[in-house]
Amino acid sequence: MAARDLHGPGAPWGEGAPGDRRNRDFRVIGKPHRKVDGLAKATGAAVYADDIALPGMLHAKTLRSPHAHAKIVSIDASRALALPGVHAVITGKDMPIPYGVIPWTPDEHALALHKVRFIGDEVAAVAAVDEDTANAALKLIRVEYEPLRAHLDPFESLSATEARIHEDTKGPGNVSKHVALSFGDVDREIGAADVRIEDEYFFHGTTHTPIEPHCAVAQYSGEGLLTVWSATQITHYVQRALASVLGVPIAKIRVVQPALGGAFGGKSDPFSLEFCVAKLAMLTGRPVKMLWTREEVFYAHRGRHPMHMRYRTGARKDGRITGVDAKILIDGGAYSSFGLVTAYYAGQLLTGPYDFPSYRFDSTRVFTNKPPCGPKRGHGSVQPRFAFEVQLDQIAEKLGMDPIEIRRKNFQGENTTTVNGQRITSNGFKTCLDEVERASGWKERRGKLPRGRGLGVAGSMYISGTNYPVYPNPLPQAGIQIAIERSGRVTVFTGGNDIGQGSNSVVAYLVAEELGVEVGDVRVVAADTDLVPVDLGAYSSRVTFMVGNATIDACRKLRAQIVEAVAGAWKVDAARVRLVPGRAIDLGDEKRAVPIAEAFRIAEERFDTLGSTGSYNTPTLGGDYRGGTIGASPAYSFTAHVVEVSVDEETGRITCERCWIAHDCGRALNPMLVAGQMEGSAYMGLAEALLENHDVNRFGLHAGPSLLDYRIPTSVDTPELHALIVESVDPEGPYGAKEAGEGPLHPSIPAISNAVFDAVGIRLKHLPFTPGKVLAALREQRAAVRAPSGGVPR
Amino acid sequence: MRTLSLRVNGDDVEVAAPDHWTLLEVLRYRLGLTGSKQGCDKGDCGACTVLVDGKPWLACITLAANAEKREVTTIEGLMPAHLRAGGTGPDPVQAAFDKCGALQCGFCQPGMMLSARALLDRNPCPTRPEIRDALAGNLCRCTGYTQIFEAVELAIAESLGVAPAPRSWEAQRMPPEEAQARARAAAARLRAEREKRKS
Repeated sequence: MAARDLHGPGAPWGEGAPGDRRNRDFRVIGKPHRKVDGLAKATGAAVYADDIALPGMLHAKTLRSPHAHAKIVSIDASRALALPGVHAVITGKDMPIPYGVIPWTPDEHALALHKVRFIGDEVAAVAAVDEDTANAALKLIRVEYEPLRAHLDPFESLSATEARIHEDTKGPGNVSKHVALSFGDVDREIGAADVRIEDEYFFHGTTHTPIEPHCAVAQYSGEGLLTVWSATQITHYVQRALASVLGVPIAKIRVVQPALGGAFGGKSDPFSLEFCVAKLAMLTGRPVKMLWTREEVFYAHRGRHPMHMRYRTGARKDGRITGVDAKILIDGGAYSSFGLVTAYYAGQLLTGPYDFPSYRFDSTRVFTNKPPCGPKRGHGSVQPRFAFEVQLDQIAEKLGMDPIEIRRKNFQGENTTTVNGQRITSNGFKTCLDEVERASGWKERRGKLPRGRGLGVAGSMYISGTNYPVYPNPLPQAGIQIAIERSGRVTVFTGGNDIGQGSNSVVAYLVAEELGVEVGDVRVVAADTDLVPVDLGAYSSRVTFMVGNATIDACRKLRAQIVEAVAGAWKVDAARVRLVPGRAIDLGDEKRAVPIAEAFRIAEERFDTLGSTGSYNTPTLGGDYRGGTIGASPAYSFTAHVVEVSVDEETGRITCERCWIAHDCGRALNPMLVAGQMEGSAYMGLAEALLENHDVNRFGLHAGPSLLDYRIPTSVDTPELHALIVESVDPEGPYGAKEAGEGPLHPSIPAISNAVFDAVGIRLKHLPFTPGKVLAALREQRAAVRAPSGGVPR
Repeated sequence: MRTLSLRVNGDDVEVAAPDHWTLLEVLRYRLGLTGSKQGCDKGDCGACTVLVDGKPWLACITLAANAEKREVTTIEGLMPAHLRAGGTGPDPVQAAFDKCGALQCGFCQPGMMLSARALLDRNPCPTRPEIRDALAGNLCRCTGYTQIFEAVELAIAESLGVAPAPRSWEAQRMPPEEAQARARAAAARLRAEREKRKS
């Protein structure tokens, strides 16, 4: 059922005062309820993948390539196999069928088949009685390589003709995907503008760094049933990939996501270890576990793509943008992963929250011999957003306009269509700007702080799921089943992946609100493909919106039955019966009520065993052109940040002191969890700007694959974060909700650059903002002052 | 292989393990106490933090043999200890983390909560900067730490019987004067408490 069909007159917020879309009469929604798995996690009872131990379980390890680019001439595993305690060794030949999370680009193998494409590429796997034995066996595997020229520089790789990374790449060089789209007459619009800025920006590589490393466990039963427990955020796609690569019927494969220790997009590809444990379990007849080390996680990567970006923007004197022209080179690393989508998202997701009449982008993703990039929180759109928001500040500077004012001036509005044909429904961006302006004391402080301190602003928008499933199909994107038991307990079966964001809790809150039970009486069974209907997984910020709507769909069917049965028993009109937590009440007689378990019993007597299904599919969305559906979302979230920085001009060190995050999440189903997503997003973005760098050296070796070298912030590095929740109440979201987990990352990064400009008058356009870059820019600034034609810094 | 005599969560246990095994390996893979997590295996992330004689130790870089003749407490030991001491439900730190949304993926939090427990055991009324410092060895990738600080502060307020300051997101959703008044009142009570303890 499409969302637009869902929320008719029966929508709960429709029952409030006329015109008041913020119905405060909810019993559960909008309240800071505990998470359904909070205490299990607090007491250590929650079971994560590596906490699983099965009788007779073997331990597996992976042999990885020491070369950035090489042919595999031969592999000799005989000495490893002969080592006591080793049960099996597998190589690429054992699983020759390629796969890829995007079905159009299957360019990965569970283990490298003929060549390796980055240092860390998986070559062989060993199953042994314990990890020590497996590690010892890896050292006994002889691999003969024929090194090939490694392409580490994306510009060089673009036109390279020899030693191509993927032999079947179409066109010249190592191009992974090229997208060029144009809307309106960009050259005329920018040509006719009063001011133009053209500049180059660079976004470096960063990675997800969930604290839980990847881990998978497999078991193969005598009946030929394969069960894989994996730290994944996409059980359904892993199940499909396993079936295809292993040649096992999909109905014989069960994929289970245990409690997950963080993902952020880093667990949304099928990974080598899932295939390896499955294959090894099938070969040995024993359960097999593989746990990657922290170093391996850095090589597995799929993190943020480095992007080299050139932007040209025109604006009128009044601040209105007339056109944007973007050229983007995306450094993809060794494999496609979600790269096809990345190349689109890099352009398609820029067309809000500002309205501009013309837009052109040309984005090219190129393969390099480095750890493969993929989707990281804010997939594909964080980098262009950085470039554009800094450029917008440059325009404001040139026009002498307040940076918040120029953003207001270009506000897109509600119920509009973007220049590239995306449908915007609710849009609280203007309120977001108002909130950060007020809370940060912008008007009183911006431009008036002592030199070395400054405020910067940036805005953004992001999708709440996409109507483009990774394999096109007309089936529901989210399915839900609900079983009601006469004790008053409700069990919900969802394929949604709770990766810590709290999606299982959101399901429980919606059920509690809809069916009149306490949150504690809702059990959520999730992400176990044997038990739950298909859901596409936790990516593209789709879960609250899609799983939420499917949940409501299933609940409404049950609620109608329960209400009808109770009304029949009371011999009153069904409109008088209402379900509130714990009870069914009669709106026409305040003395009449029954406990909810009794209401369930009455309904069971009337309709037999109670259960229902619900589903969600997006309405038809997107522009009518090739790629027009990529980036089309049933609802967009909007964000604005103001950050306050201090810049030490002697050391070049930037400190982010405070960050105000205003985010339009539609409706906060649980404001505490929404604030947690906002704070976590902003913190991650700020760290990308100032601390983190996922890079390789000139041999392709990772520059620092440890949590000491790759500096994610500690509690003392993190600035004061202020979450300002904005609720625009989306017409199609569940109770009006939109996403909150990815959007609030975007503005953090450009806002820092813009704040540094306010603090010391330098424009930082190349990430990360290291002390060296700050000092260099300050030196240039001083040189410009000394030169006769130079400007004067504040 | 050696036989280790350990005292874990109040119980004396004997366990055989290879000489080079860490305390984390023995806890997780011999004793089945999987609440202590492995995030880096190098002492960088703090997910393996356990209490040894009441102090936070990194179990992934502690040889199991070094924990002999010492009192080891893991996350699984907090609630039973609280119950033994006459409390109800989980340890107040665990309950506060749950109430404040501090548990997103939850993977770093056993270590985080034990660091917080150790802090509160030696300083029942720490300031926000003291909390920040005490938790600096435990990396969290989900929360941005704010709700963790708020959870520790809630545990403090509850243990002192003081109304807590409104949490960041709560403050935004109430009239500014009310939020300020409540924050000031909480701060004053905590200051008084600290003064009392000093003297």
